[in-house]
Amino acid sequence: MLGSQEMVVNEEKMVHRKSLKRNIKHRIWEYLIEKIIFILGITSVVIISLIFLFLFRSGIALFKDVSVKDFLFGSNWFPISVNPQYGILPLVTGSLLVTTGAILISVPIGVGCAIYISEVAPPKTKTVLKVIIEFLSAIPSVVLGFLGIVVLSSWVRITFNLSSGFTALTGSILVSLMALPTIISISDDALNALPMEYREASLALGATKWETIFNVLVPAASSGIIAAIMLGIGRAIGETMTVMMVTGNAAKIPDSFLTSARTMTATIAAEMGDTVRNGTHYHALFAVGIVLLMMTTVINLIADFVLHRGRREGR
Amino acid sequence: MNKKQLEEKIAFSVLTVTMLLVVVPTLLIIGYIIFKGIGTINWEFISAMPRKGMREGGIFPAIVGTIYLVLGTIILALPLGIGSAIYLTEYAKQGKITRLIRLAIMNLAGVPSVVYGLFGLGLFVLFLQIGTSILAGALTLACLILPVVITASEEALKSVPQSYREASLALGATKWQTIQKVVIPHAMPGIITGAILGIGRAAGETAPILLTVAAFFLPRLPKSVFDQAMVLPYHLYIISTQVPNMPQEIQYGTALVLLGLVSIFFMIATVIRIKFKMANRA
Repeated sequence: MLGSQEMVVNEEKMVHRKSLKRNIKHRIWEYLIEKIIFILGITSVVIISLIFLFLFRSGIALFKDVSVKDFLFGSNWFPISVNPQYGILPLVTGSLLVTTGAILISVPIGVGCAIYISEVAPPKTKTVLKVIIEFLSAIPSVVLGFLGIVVLSSWVRITFNLSSGFTALTGSILVSLMALPTIISISDDALNALPMEYREASLALGATKWETIFNVLVPAASSGIIAAIMLGIGRAIGETMTVMMVTGNAAKIPDSFLTSARTMTATIAAEMGDTVRNGTHYHALFAVGIVLLMMTTVINLIADFVLHRGRREGR
Repeated sequence: MNKKQLEEKIAFSVLTVTMLLVVVPTLLIIGYIIFKGIGTINWEFISAMPRKGMREGGIFPAIVGTIYLVLGTIILALPLGIGSAIYLTEYAKQGKITRLIRLAIMNLAGVPSVVYGLFGLGLFVLFLQIGTSILAGALTLACLILPVVITASEEALKSVPQSYREASLALGATKWQTIQKVVIPHAMPGIITGAILGIGRAAGETAPILLTVAAFFLPRLPKSVFDQAMVLPYHLYIISTQVPNMPQEIQYGTALVLLGLVSIFFMIATVIRIKFKMANRA
């Protein structure tokens, strides 16, 4: 009798031990998984750090050959002449000009379209419009660039009576198409996030729908709309292929929208293939990349800051 | 009609015009490419090697190159993206680290594509000595689409009701078992949507490829991931800017194939998303 009882106890102990073992196995497994997931979780931080690291590693080397002042404020970009000069000013002004043009076109249209989608369109139209706008963002930039070459540039040339249609304006028009989806979708999100009470209260006070939009909703969503514009600027300044294909790429400081311009992005993409690895020109293009990355990072940080401040105030 | 109503009418007309200024050009672009390109598309164009300096024949190697590149990209980006999203939604406590990660994701999404190209050239092609190859391009593009995949996966994971997790944990499942068997299956449509959007993005990018993968003219199929390859977007760039006397039909045909490829991914993603939304509502 005693023996069988002991056996039962032993068996129970065995079972307990087994489950304990499994439990420990599970725990180790869970611990490992948690660590792996954490490592995967911080990949984006690792990648953005590596981007900065590798751009700086190759870009800073330029300043052994060229002074920072000559690089940032030099107005001649002659990388392959006998006396190469690496002044980035024409490229920066080129980028800024194309971006300014694009933003002047896309902000009024984009914000208007966002208001239409969020406040005016009936639900079904809304869905269709959103799909179309997302599709616009999916069109490859090189396809837009191609259409820019075969269609838009001749339109610009004829309309403005120019000798060449490859101008900053041509670039601005195409880039505005690429900035539009960003501006629209983020502005639309900002308007959608506003509580229904805002609309109801304003309408109850006798305001028309338009007065509600103009005096209540747009001001209330302003931080989101500003962030949308900032991100649109970031998108425009970083656009490469379309711009490279249609702006003519003359490396001189442009004096109007109707002349050729060369952006920082186009310079990197067009010239990298011809450089000698680790030569001055190669380093110079990385340095241009640093300037570009700095600009977009600052723009993104401002957008992020504005969005978060808006959210905090919203609460 | 009083003044207020008139004002509203004018304002709404202006808003309608802005909407049309976005929609009409988009539809025109798509329609024009289809109209001009459809005549070129035939079996030979899709399946033959380019001939006579790309001025004749097909674009088969560019299509194959794009498919290889996109597959490589998504194989690399998907585990990283889903893992990041799982960390953010299931494991991380809201605090400094998550704030840092979110800032990093936002910044990654804003880095210009050509800067990704420089980064890929510096790190993968030269520093890690992978060389100009499909692998280097796929690694670069994986970094580029990571924000898209993370954001979509995170939204999908967040949409799984908390009660599912609690029920699974109450039945004695561990946290990882819950995630693996309950949370991920329910989030799958959303995750797939993100993956497909990422693929579409990767298939259309040119600037990063320019510096890491692309071969100007390579009338054969790539042999391994360490081989260079022709890729559709770069091919379109080349034939529309670098090759003189290029027949326009081939240019439009190539543009249509590229646009078609990207649209297919986009449409699949949109259909899955709409179905998923409806199912969630029901």
